Amino acid sequence: MHAKHIVVRGLTKKFGDFTAIDQLNFDVFSGEIFGFLGANGAGKTTAIKILCGLSYPSSGEVNVAGFDVYTQTEQLKMNIGYMSQKFSLYEDMTIYENIRFYGGIYGLGRKELHAKSEQLIRKFGLVNERNSLIADIPQGWKQKIAFSIAILHDPKIIFLDEPTGGVDPITRRQFWELIYEVSGNGITVFVTTHYMDEAEYCHRVSIMDEGKIVAIDTPNNLKSSFGAANMDEVFVKIARGAEK
Amino acid sequence: MRTIFYIIQKEFIQVIRNRVMLPMMIIMPIFQMLVLLYAATLEMKHIELFVVDNDHTEASRTLVSKFEGSSFYMLSGYSASIKEAEKQMKNDKTDIILNISKGFGESLSRGEGTDIQLLINAINGTKAGLINAYSLNVISQFVGEYAKNKGTIVEQSSSAGLDIRYRYWFNPELNFKHFMLPGLLVILVTVMGMALSAISFVKEKELGTIEQINVTPIRKYQFLAGKLLPFWIIALFELAFGLTIGRIFFDIPIRGSLFLLFGFSSVYLLTVMGIGLFFSTITRTQQQIMLLFFFFNIVFILMSGIFTPVESMPQWAQTANILNPLAYFMRVIRMIMLKGSGLQDILKELISLSVYAILILSLAVWRYRKTS
Repeated sequence: MHAKHIVVRGLTKKFGDFTAIDQLNFDVFSGEIFGFLGANGAGKTTAIKILCGLSYPSSGEVNVAGFDVYTQTEQLKMNIGYMSQKFSLYEDMTIYENIRFYGGIYGLGRKELHAKSEQLIRKFGLVNERNSLIADIPQGWKQKIAFSIAILHDPKIIFLDEPTGGVDPITRRQFWELIYEVSGNGITVFVTTHYMDEAEYCHRVSIMDEGKIVAIDTPNNLKSSFGAANMDEVFVKIARGAEK
Repeated sequence: MRTIFYIIQKEFIQVIRNRVMLPMMIIMPIFQMLVLLYAATLEMKHIELFVVDNDHTEASRTLVSKFEGSSFYMLSGYSASIKEAEKQMKNDKTDIILNISKGFGESLSRGEGTDIQLLINAINGTKAGLINAYSLNVISQFVGEYAKNKGTIVEQSSSAGLDIRYRYWFNPELNFKHFMLPGLLVILVTVMGMALSAISFVKEKELGTIEQINVTPIRKYQFLAGKLLPFWIIALFELAFGLTIGRIFFDIPIRGSLFLLFGFSSVYLLTVMGIGLFFSTITRTQQQIMLLFFFFNIVFILMSGIFTPVESMPQWAQTANILNPLAYFMRVIRMIMLKGSGLQDILKELISLSVYAILILSLAVWRYRKTS
């Protein structure tokens, strides 16, 4: 088995009286594509924010890329990439300006930055659109660019919070090709999604319900243990089980 | 350092692309200087004078003509009835009633003391004070000349025996614009500096891009410096722009060193922008921060001494002004521009504001949370 890239023990986050996530325990291994599933409000985004160092846990131990989320937040941030459902490129800047800005913030050298942005722009066939404002390009492109920017600094782990929301099936497919590509390069991928077909693409998935992880395994193992034909059925069975 | 450079570059790109911000930066100084300067004037012109003359002598007519001859007054009515005059005053049709009672001329010619009544509309206290001063001036002039012509000595009139000569230092023509323009410049750079950087910060919170920033290893001071410096440069540019307008259109004096003026302004801007950035760390939306600005700026501006001298405010207000950066700048900009004060004269204010800037900027950096 590979090295552990994310170690979570007894992670709890409370907002006042409300317990958003309750005693989470899981590991994510290096190079893995780890799907983090759950219904709306199950606590996925809260958990991902803690793992990225955007929010402190109420209790529990969390170690990401070898760094503690309480004390080594800034080193942790140097080693992760993050792309959120809330779109985070600057709409009033061009594709190239966005790449340059984030690359600069991560401390990429001038030459490296230039080479990387050229490479990115070529890869997506955006040579003619490099000076288009983000506001003027299609949603699918924006998400691909945001994803590429999130891995510009060669992080060990990339966190994707519903990266394919509101995108057509073809673009989603292309997006997953990108995910496989970076995973092949040894980057660990931590992804939340609503689409159960996407869950099938993951090496392992966990399913959250009301702040707790109720299932965690490979998609195939989950399907056989729940006697389900696909991940959709697994999800529905778990959700029904929770309602009882 | 390079990280800060990338943020500054980004901010400038966003300012240039903004369809509201950029025109505002050009229009606001022009508008403030050219329009507000005339609107915010305290200079007295067209004082509406209502004359109630029950005397009908040469003396009373000469006095009235003295008023009419002055460029400040306009005769709004003439009557023998004080009732009529008061009615005019109640309807806000007149600023001052000159009430000359019967026997005025006769007493005067006999060299006895006599009475004139001035009724001044004092809804605007400052204006009333000025009207009073102007009017007394006209009357004493009249009395002086009358006494000379008739060869009588009027005991009651101080000006007959005593000649007081005024000389107004630093603003000899009592040009109100020379006094107000530096004040308006203070407001201009304050509003520009404070609002622009703070709003650009809060806007990132609204759009959610702040999350993408917070997930990077950027240092807190780097991000805030990147938010501050572009607008600091812009605000200093605005000051230069405003000064140029003042120089060209109003021949505003700049007696002190421009270098000192800009040096002081630089420190001042760090303070007000620090306050703005601190506010942006405790608010979530542009609406919230605009309300905060509205409240604080009204208080800051009115207490700064832009219209009324700080020295005539109650002691508690003067003490409270320790925390009002505008009060420091309002004083110093007039000292440098109108009096030609040097570094020695403004050193106290400069040191106070430097300390203020360091404290408030540290507070902003401390309060900004990358991890909540």
